[in-house]
Amino acid sequence: MLAKRIIPCLDVNDGRVVKGVQFIDIRDAGDPVEIAKRYDEQGADEITFLDITASSDDRETMVHVVEEMAAQVFIPLTVGGGIRELADIQRMLNAGADKIAINTAAVFNPEFVREAAEHFGSQCIVVAIDAKQVSDDPKRWEIFTHGGRKPTGINAIEWGQKMADFGAGEILLTSMDRDGTRDGFDLDLTRAMSESVPIPVIASGGVGNLEHLAQGVKEGKADAVLAASIFHFGEHTVGDAKAHMQARGITVR
Amino acid sequence: MKTVAVLDYGMSNLRSVVRALEHVQGDWRVIVTRDRDEIYKADKIVFPGQGAIGNCMQLLGETGLADLIRAGLEHKPFFGICLGLQTLFTHSDESGGVEGFNWFEGEVKHFSTPLVDSDGSVLKIPHMGWNTVKQSDHPLWQGIPDNSRFYFVHSYYAQAADDKLVVGKTPYPDDFCAAVAQDNVFAVQFHPEKSQHAGLRLLENFIKF
Repeated sequence: MLAKRIIPCLDVNDGRVVKGVQFIDIRDAGDPVEIAKRYDEQGADEITFLDITASSDDRETMVHVVEEMAAQVFIPLTVGGGIRELADIQRMLNAGADKIAINTAAVFNPEFVREAAEHFGSQCIVVAIDAKQVSDDPKRWEIFTHGGRKPTGINAIEWGQKMADFGAGEILLTSMDRDGTRDGFDLDLTRAMSESVPIPVIASGGVGNLEHLAQGVKEGKADAVLAASIFHFGEHTVGDAKAHMQARGITVR
Repeated sequence: MKTVAVLDYGMSNLRSVVRALEHVQGDWRVIVTRDRDEIYKADKIVFPGQGAIGNCMQLLGETGLADLIRAGLEHKPFFGICLGLQTLFTHSDESGGVEGFNWFEGEVKHFSTPLVDSDGSVLKIPHMGWNTVKQSDHPLWQGIPDNSRFYFVHSYYAQAADDKLVVGKTPYPDDFCAAVAQDNVFAVQFHPEKSQHAGLRLLENFIKF
């Protein structure tokens, strides 16, 4: 049986992990490659790097980070942030990324997703969707850009379906309402998306404990769960997360 | 120094495969090439494939690699990955129907939609993530526990006409061909270069045997 995936996510700014990472026995806590290696040893199923570097001039740094990571860690690596054209995708794939997350560029130019999938194959195109709830009855979520500040008026679920039609291989779904709260995934959003698209959905945003991860799969019907801070602060290892999910009857690697 | 040639037809992301081979190679030289002489001289061949099969077969034809693959299949240790497995079969339904190398008799088909598991839940396509591989006896599995998980990402799967050639089976939800082998040829649907310890061991076994 296919295992549900656990994906630690690292926000990288100018080659350094931000949002604070505290491991006991890692000398350089901000080195994304060191941290990725640690998660790999703990049994992470994939790693995601999100480049939050403000200036595109600094993106070359990310290329080196990806190269170094890919030479040492032999599990899938997704890279996102600032991907706007086919050349950006090519550069990251050449550096050793396996999948590329497209976010804002997809919203402004959905054809970009189609082109990217046709050129590189659906298997490496992840569409990242940042969604916020805009009405309660019936529940409705919209895409927001610019870190959740700018509404687009686009229905998030319909957008997910469209992106799947355009050739996306996977959806990385982040609840902007939950991101950073540690209150758990938006399970209604996650389930609505997962049941509406034929492709795998990664739940993201809001994980504060291990039970949240299990809920994402059992109630949210997610195919994979992504988390950052619960792993970064050394509260839990990826191994802890797997043991907990397994105890809840979820198949893990 | 012995050489393993990774075939470069221009579309595939080869870096991961090359890095994984370099990691396990011992004293072998790993080259990425489409050069006729280099491939003739190489001791072993790795053929990783990605993307759509129609495009892949077309590029293999245009670059002359198709003939070199046929020649390699005849007598060299040959390792196919992903599309590098699918193209070895007779025919694929992908890209409107494409003829493969017909090294293994069989068809490559899309997972049926909707794909429903035994408990009634819908299985996503592509089949993406870590799934088990039930091994049949083959030296390349040495040191890898049966039912180890490997990383898959694909929407089409191969159905071999001769079940005896299938040396690895994966359930999604029915068993499909995850690994096929005969004589000098071994090919896998999953990505050993992304499958951590088990995947690296498989590549190491290919280089060492």
